[in-house]
Amino acid sequence: MEEYKLSHLKELEAESIHIIREVAAEFENPVMLYSIGKDSSVMVRLAEKAFYPGKVPFPLMHIDSKWKFKEMIQFRDEYAKKYGWNLIVESNMEAFHAGVGPFTHGSKVHTDLMKTKALLSALDKYKFDAAFGGARRDEEKSRAKERIFSFRDKFHQWDPKNQRPELWDIYNARVHKGESIRVFPLSNWTELDIWQYIRLENIPIVPLYYAKERPCVTIDGNLIMADDDRLPEKYRDQIEMKMVRFRTLGCWPLTGAVESNADTIETIVEEMMTTTKSERTTRVIDFDQEASMEQKKREGYF
Amino acid sequence: MENNSKLNIKEFLDKDEQKDLLRFLTAGSVDDGKSTLIGRLLFDSKKLYEDQLDALERDSKRMGNAGDHIDYALLLDGLKAEREQGITIDVAYRYFSTNNRKFIIADTPGHEQYTRNMITGGSTANLAIILVDARTGVITQTRRHSFLVSLLGIKHVVLAVNKMDLVDFSEDRFNEIVKEYKEFIAPLNIPDVTCIPLSALDGDNVVVKSERTPWYAGISLLDFLETVHIDNDHNLADFRFPVQYVLRPNLDFRGFCGKVASGIVRKGDEVVALPSGKKSRIKSIVTYDGELDYAFPPQSVTLTLEDEIDVSRGEMLVHPDNLPVVDRNFEAMLVWMDEEPMDLNKSFFIKQTTNLSRSRISNIKYKVDVNTMEQLSVENGQLTTDSLPMQLNQIARVVLTTAKELFFDPYQKNKATGAFILIDPITNNTSAVGMIIDRVEDKDMHISEDLPVLNLPKLGIAPEHYEIIEKAVKDLERQGIEVKIIK
Repeated sequence: MEEYKLSHLKELEAESIHIIREVAAEFENPVMLYSIGKDSSVMVRLAEKAFYPGKVPFPLMHIDSKWKFKEMIQFRDEYAKKYGWNLIVESNMEAFHAGVGPFTHGSKVHTDLMKTKALLSALDKYKFDAAFGGARRDEEKSRAKERIFSFRDKFHQWDPKNQRPELWDIYNARVHKGESIRVFPLSNWTELDIWQYIRLENIPIVPLYYAKERPCVTIDGNLIMADDDRLPEKYRDQIEMKMVRFRTLGCWPLTGAVESNADTIETIVEEMMTTTKSERTTRVIDFDQEASMEQKKREGYF
Repeated sequence: MENNSKLNIKEFLDKDEQKDLLRFLTAGSVDDGKSTLIGRLLFDSKKLYEDQLDALERDSKRMGNAGDHIDYALLLDGLKAEREQGITIDVAYRYFSTNNRKFIIADTPGHEQYTRNMITGGSTANLAIILVDARTGVITQTRRHSFLVSLLGIKHVVLAVNKMDLVDFSEDRFNEIVKEYKEFIAPLNIPDVTCIPLSALDGDNVVVKSERTPWYAGISLLDFLETVHIDNDHNLADFRFPVQYVLRPNLDFRGFCGKVASGIVRKGDEVVALPSGKKSRIKSIVTYDGELDYAFPPQSVTLTLEDEIDVSRGEMLVHPDNLPVVDRNFEAMLVWMDEEPMDLNKSFFIKQTTNLSRSRISNIKYKVDVNTMEQLSVENGQLTTDSLPMQLNQIARVVLTTAKELFFDPYQKNKATGAFILIDPITNNTSAVGMIIDRVEDKDMHISEDLPVLNLPKLGIAPEHYEIIEKAVKDLERQGIEVKIIK
């Protein structure tokens, strides 16, 4: 008996591939934003699948805040090389040379300059008319209401009150010059779906997701890994080796580790199923202000 | 001990991997307890993490409307502005899973001015939960929601009769509502209707069958969602493959990428390309994970053909003995989604499958009053020429004429090839969405809006320049000017 039924993962995969191909067909100059995290890793694999046996017809772009974990950068370069990706890396060098960083300027200024501004300048520089992002709707409340093809005006702003209707699998890809679309092919995936898919497809991920002894200090209640010597002097004698892993990856001073022994996907999922905190709680930036993610999205950061 | 738990999680993952996906829509107003119901489904299926709950408790104390209860609505109303207004204004998607299934909820508002959001949320749904308050029963809004659900071709409806606690779990009251609803819904052509008495606030019949409704012989809402058969919702009879992207990594490989919109395609099948009419056979069905013997909806695959025939994006591969309708004139139910009213003189972009063309609204046959389903037309005196053009949230039966032929099926037979959107060429907004009814004879119809043609060989242009010309034409298309290329 032949089966004409897909598992939920295969259905999500098919939906994402359809979205990715639609962008490649309808836009002149798309780019895939690559954060090096687990969701990005899945998105990148889906792009490879969408154009197999051909090459993916758009580049990857990483916005390097200059405060990423060293292991992330190493992973990024190795992955791009191994799979033949055209990788663009952009940073806000002006702010970097001016010494902007989370310890000196706080998370808000750092994120505004090194992430949001860097991203917007890079999008303008290359005149990308579509940018893929790996955001999922189950991550955060304002994302739950965003379209898969999310229109941005020429200032890259999102207007949650004025979203284009999005029906069936027919996406409106039309923009005027200077406007763009952010595309979220993983919109309907959940955190568990991502882990399941990584497990089934053997997708390589940054080793920081797996538990290991790492040098950590506690800063404002977050367990921060001392990833390089920019850790302020006052914390240095508090460094302790701890068995930790990361549930999300970002700038190392803004990404809290969790104490864990989970060193396989199975144990990570087990931990996730029994854990009492959802994944973004280890992100310091979400707590800057009420409805802060919505605010950031309006300003153009995802 | 540890080994044991590793084994369990592996079993869990292996099982989880096999789950299928059910997408459903919830319709009803805040007053019907819709958000409370969704909150409870999420809560009781253990999806809610503790910190989300902590935040909820904080918010409930500050601005909750649910007294001593947790206000589940706050959990769902994401955006700042609407939280202040206390209403859900857009579609929000929610995710949860049980031992048997994964679920995607499209949570849509019930107020009339937001018909467009319900249509948006419902377009991908397999099933709709329509809430009514047991005290008020079937109201105008219930009828409107049911009509929209039938318009979207959703095959399964659950009438959730909520707040049964406020009518003392009265069997008579429930039966009365069910009877009224079934009478109303009979002409709407919804094959599967299930009615369940609930109290979302107290949890009766939501996840577990309630002892307070001993007279109710059915199963709980969640049990129903977990077991309802949705396998037959895809059209497996009529093979339609709209070409999405042409893949040419090297001279030996030419693949046509796309999603199987409907039907089943097998290796070796004879296929015909539309509109050229050229025939070939399926040489291979290519995926990253290996070649397939057959493919079915909604799989995304790449097809290669035995013969070198030219097929582009927007064209379609089908079986020669089962063709879609090929026409430029058709009738459709149109829903107006734009703040800007319809301009009958405007030529819109129409996107149907992967096909983009221009389109005019040639005729508005009648509008539908979504509350009474009454047909309003100029002929029956309910409309005047002035009130004819459609406004936001209005639904009408129209005749459309497109600049080039579309390949379609009636929406009620095949959603994937019967659905389209209209895009305003100036604002680029999605102005309207439509569901095709059927072709219309174009005896006295129109005005052929033939496209200007660039016949490249005829113009003596060498093939190496084709790419740059195609790019220039694509630029023109972005500005709303369509040109046909022959090469």
